[in-house]
Amino acid sequence: MTEKVLMSGNHVIGEAAVRAGCSFYAGYPITPQNELTEYMAGAMAKLDDGTFIQAESEIAAINMLIGASMAGARVMTSSSSPGISLKQEGISFLSALELPAVIVNCMRGGPGLGNIAPSQGDYFQATRGGGHGDYRNIVLGPASGQEICDLVTKAFDYADEYLTPVMILLDGMMGQMMEPVVFPEYRDISTLPEKTWKIDGAKGRPRRVIKSLLLDVNVEEAHNWKLVRRYEQIKDKIQMAESYKTSDAKLTVIAYGIAARIAKSAVDRAREEGIKAGLLRPVTLWPFPERSLREAASNNTEFLVYEMSTGQMIEDVRLSLNGSSRIHFHGRPGGPVSTPADIYEQIKKYYPR
Amino acid sequence: MADKNKGRIKINSELCKGCYLCISVCPKHIIAVSETLNHQGYYPSKSTDSSDDPKCTGCAMCATICPDVAIEVYRD
Amino acid sequence: MTETIFKRPKYLKDAVFHYCPGCGHGITHRLVAEVIEELDIADRSICVPPAGCAVLAYDYFDIDVGEAAHGRGAAVATGLKRVLPDRIVFTYQGDGDMAAIGTAETIHAANRGENITTIFINNGTYGMTGGQMAPTTLVGQKSTTTPGGRDTKRDGNPLRLSEMLALLDGTIYIERVSVTSPKNIRAAKKAIKKAFQIQMDRLGYSLVEVLSPCPTNWKMSPVDSCKWIDEYMTKTFPIGVIKDNSENK
Repeated sequence: MTEKVLMSGNHVIGEAAVRAGCSFYAGYPITPQNELTEYMAGAMAKLDDGTFIQAESEIAAINMLIGASMAGARVMTSSSSPGISLKQEGISFLSALELPAVIVNCMRGGPGLGNIAPSQGDYFQATRGGGHGDYRNIVLGPASGQEICDLVTKAFDYADEYLTPVMILLDGMMGQMMEPVVFPEYRDISTLPEKTWKIDGAKGRPRRVIKSLLLDVNVEEAHNWKLVRRYEQIKDKIQMAESYKTSDAKLTVIAYGIAARIAKSAVDRAREEGIKAGLLRPVTLWPFPERSLREAASNNTEFLVYEMSTGQMIEDVRLSLNGSSRIHFHGRPGGPVSTPADIYEQIKKYYPR
Repeated sequence: MADKNKGRIKINSELCKGCYLCISVCPKHIIAVSETLNHQGYYPSKSTDSSDDPKCTGCAMCATICPDVAIEVYRD
Repeated sequence: MTETIFKRPKYLKDAVFHYCPGCGHGITHRLVAEVIEELDIADRSICVPPAGCAVLAYDYFDIDVGEAAHGRGAAVATGLKRVLPDRIVFTYQGDGDMAAIGTAETIHAANRGENITTIFINNGTYGMTGGQMAPTTLVGQKSTTTPGGRDTKRDGNPLRLSEMLALLDGTIYIERVSVTSPKNIRAAKKAIKKAFQIQMDRLGYSLVEVLSPCPTNWKMSPVDSCKWIDEYMTKTFPIGVIKDNSENK
């Protein structure tokens, strides 16, 4: 399937995961990501060693992933905001146990039960480590069908390389949108580095223990610092952002995911009107692409952060820029999606004179 | 017959936590509480079987119920 | 010739148990280790310990161990077993873990007929956290959260999880045993061995519930604790085979 195919975002995640060698999926129905769960049910059944489990709960699903990841499989689960809240226990454990896993959050309006409209209200939860304890997860925010495919592929590799859960953070609109995608070839899992930590029975080797209970405070502290050293490595190596017409921009919109798609059209319209607008789109939400932001800031631009929330990513923008630039904000929490015309108006409103 | 099928127990007094379940199940009443504390701070069980007139049959009831795997049983 | 009648099983590490005097965990650990040795499955067995007193089981079982969060043993074991269908995966869980916080995971793993084995320690209390009421605490039994005794109007009734699980088509073998006497302990071992054998034969879900003394939290001597199980606990939780479908498979 190297030719272009038209697929919804949720299906792209599933197909990309299968091609990346995912052989274990557990999930629980929740809108707006059900198409992905359904896709995995079919896809896993086609594999010789594929497992699909419709779990009794989000908590059970993430804990099944823990077991399957301990056994060495490439594993994935998906959900939407309220379901991801339930998974936080398991995500904290995966992080503590240093287990690779890919977790998809197809965000919807919240807090609480909220609604099933597109939203970006889970940014804090995703990028701060939404469960208990001192940890971070890699968080990737795709903005197109093709990028969903590319980032899901990368997510499995990052998870294995850095022994951490990796979250794909998108929204209901990205999940439903049909776009052309070119998929990579199927990954031959046998060519990947051996997981020398997995547990599969101590045959011909010393037994292994995968645990997160570290009662000795010094051992737990050392474990925390070990994780931090890995996080520093991740920060150094995988920051990603797209810069669009930023070199001469006087006002740079910062947005991710579907919000960035909308903002891009608004930037194009502004440019047609002679307004020097640009777009900086974080692709990695954690690690946040601080270097790209600082580089953009060095061109004396002001920033307009647009989020489908009351303002969460803006805190990372402020931390990255550390007071060096003026930062404006436009947010629509709870589900409404701004049009390019709306964002164009915001660009005009905040454009420095 | 005198020496045939005679049992012998070895209590690891450092593993013993003094629950005395072994004493309660020994059919020959040849286990008692020691007068010396072990390093864990318990008075461990000890065998009182006499070498002159051994009563232990090696039934292993004591070892079976020992929660600390502190008893080994032999038959000479 | 000296014959060894009884010694520490091979796959029980040479460590001092952290359990209190007279605790049933030690006996049950030993039985599991003996069964693993006798069935010669140590190099393909994986233990999933709980959160609770037995959380440190990895210090004792000399086999691969993957720790689960409180109550999630059945889900973690499901993941392991589905990826490694020819390995022997067992959970070792307490009553709070199994019958309170992990009820959903337990029931659904059993209902799916996951080919795993569960050793379920029922001591009627939350041992590690200091003796609070468990789902299995008897009516009238005192605990730190039922200081006047378990009152059914306020606290509900003891949960018979094994009987509940026996109603499910996915479960093959469920037996309740106790570790209160050499005779009962030998029966417990037989049940544990059978449960593992059922998994080896790929028949489905097997569970052994172990009525286990907790002298510390019951505030009784170890000997009295065993008597209390025999005289009172077995009235609510009768020992014996609750379900055995292994012959029909």
